[in-house]
Amino acid sequence: MKRYLRVWQLALLIAIFALWQLFAQPGLLPPIVWDNPDRAAFFFGEPVKIFKVVWEWFSGGAIYKHLWVTLQETALAFVIGSVLGLAVGLWLGLSPGASALFDPYITALNAMPRVVLAPIFMVWFGLGIWSKVALGVTLVFFIVFFNVYQGVKEVSPVVLNNTVMLGANRRQLLRYVYLPSATSWVFSSLHTAVGMAFVGAVVGEYLGSAKGVGYLIQQAEGAFDINTVFAGILVLTAFALVLDFAVARVERRLLVWRPTQSETEQL
Amino acid sequence: MAEAVSFDQITCTFAARGDGSRTYTAVKDVNLAVAEGEFVSVVGPTGCGKSTLLNVAAGLLKPSSGTMRVFGEPLAGINRGAGYMFQSEALMPWRSCLDNVTAGLEFRGVGREEARRRGEDWLARVGLTGFGDRFPHQLSGGMRKRTALAQMLILDPKIMLMDEPFSALDIQTRQLMENELLELWSADRKSVIFITHDLEEAISLSDRVVVLSAGPATRPIGEFPIDLPRPRDVSEIRHAPRFIELHDLIWHSMKEEVLKGYAQTRNQVSA
Repeated sequence: MKRYLRVWQLALLIAIFALWQLFAQPGLLPPIVWDNPDRAAFFFGEPVKIFKVVWEWFSGGAIYKHLWVTLQETALAFVIGSVLGLAVGLWLGLSPGASALFDPYITALNAMPRVVLAPIFMVWFGLGIWSKVALGVTLVFFIVFFNVYQGVKEVSPVVLNNTVMLGANRRQLLRYVYLPSATSWVFSSLHTAVGMAFVGAVVGEYLGSAKGVGYLIQQAEGAFDINTVFAGILVLTAFALVLDFAVARVERRLLVWRPTQSETEQL
Repeated sequence: MAEAVSFDQITCTFAARGDGSRTYTAVKDVNLAVAEGEFVSVVGPTGCGKSTLLNVAAGLLKPSSGTMRVFGEPLAGINRGAGYMFQSEALMPWRSCLDNVTAGLEFRGVGREEARRRGEDWLARVGLTGFGDRFPHQLSGGMRKRTALAQMLILDPKIMLMDEPFSALDIQTRQLMENELLELWSADRKSVIFITHDLEEAISLSDRVVVLSAGPATRPIGEFPIDLPRPRDVSEIRHAPRFIELHDLIWHSMKEEVLKGYAQTRNQVSA
């Protein structure tokens, strides 16, 4: 089973699409739920047509500019949100006064459903990429912020004292202890943060834009073109998988110093 | 000989946990002086405030009253002339072994090449050649202690403060480390305050053993010069007749305090 895991996973995927096609294609099976044989295809689409749309997008090159915009928005939202979260997290983590003052506001802002800010960002930043970036930033910021805040609070006091005894001043403590410790917490939230940046970008596009994969989906939906909607979802999913894979690679590179469960190599 | 470190009527009182109005006095009226180049061990029952004293000497903790002097000068802030070796893991986990050793040099603005060269040199001296690029979690407990030792000694501190540094190691590794420590120490004699709860370790390493009373309000209750010849081998000296004599002598003075400390801990648990 383990050896053929990938094969089995692929087989399952193919089976799902085959079953989907079987039930949705008009006239292939006698009507089960709807009397009109075209109904199922109208609501659920047909995998064959969906793949055709995806193929046309990629072979015709129409999708690339949309994907590029979505990627740009995701990357910008992630970077800006992370840097802001890191800075504010470090600041509040290191100054108890400020943290006590801002605590209820941070909680309130985090509890607020931030998607409702999207229309406001449209007004502020227009229909271009920046309104989507802003939405993504509000999502990414809190994930990174809470992780960094926690990370600063949980720096080992022994490591801190040791570094002080080795002669580090306040600035060096920040650079050599707090920052690396906080950064490791940022990376541990990397998957969630990148995912959130992506959500911000797509939701923003969906609510109003002229480019991006979210825009494609929204356009198709307006025309009741369910196959194109599913094609968009498929592309987004594949794209998210690629992003996640890339993040995992980066994470492995940057967190080599971290002990892992499987690594019991001792000398 | 001049005094390197001296505790003058040092008292440390803490606010009791969860109740600000009640206080806990960890150490009270401690007078203790360590001469230049002297190796002093401090033994005492568990939880008696040994680490508190060391933190005061390091300047990490300000005493409630009393004066801490370093080479005659009252200590204000961190004791820059001292190296501190902690009981628990103190290495920066995100820096490699070599980078941990050279961290202190970096803080002092020593150039990269120079720091690297001296770091490699110290790794060789503690027997870690070739392990410089490992991260702390990839090293064994003994190797991490060696790294911590090199990290402290590379800065050439005049005073070494050691808080049960080898207590987490198995007995064989521990004796190896003790011998290595003695060898490094005898090469250029620094003043050492070595905290331990292990009387044998204390006697085999030191010039003088100071016994503390059980907490709260810990204070030194006895001082014993150790007149065993140097150089010593810690695993062999344990069998010398004089060692056994000294051990008996010190143990008798400690026993009562150890029992007292034990009774207190037990009461706290049952209360």
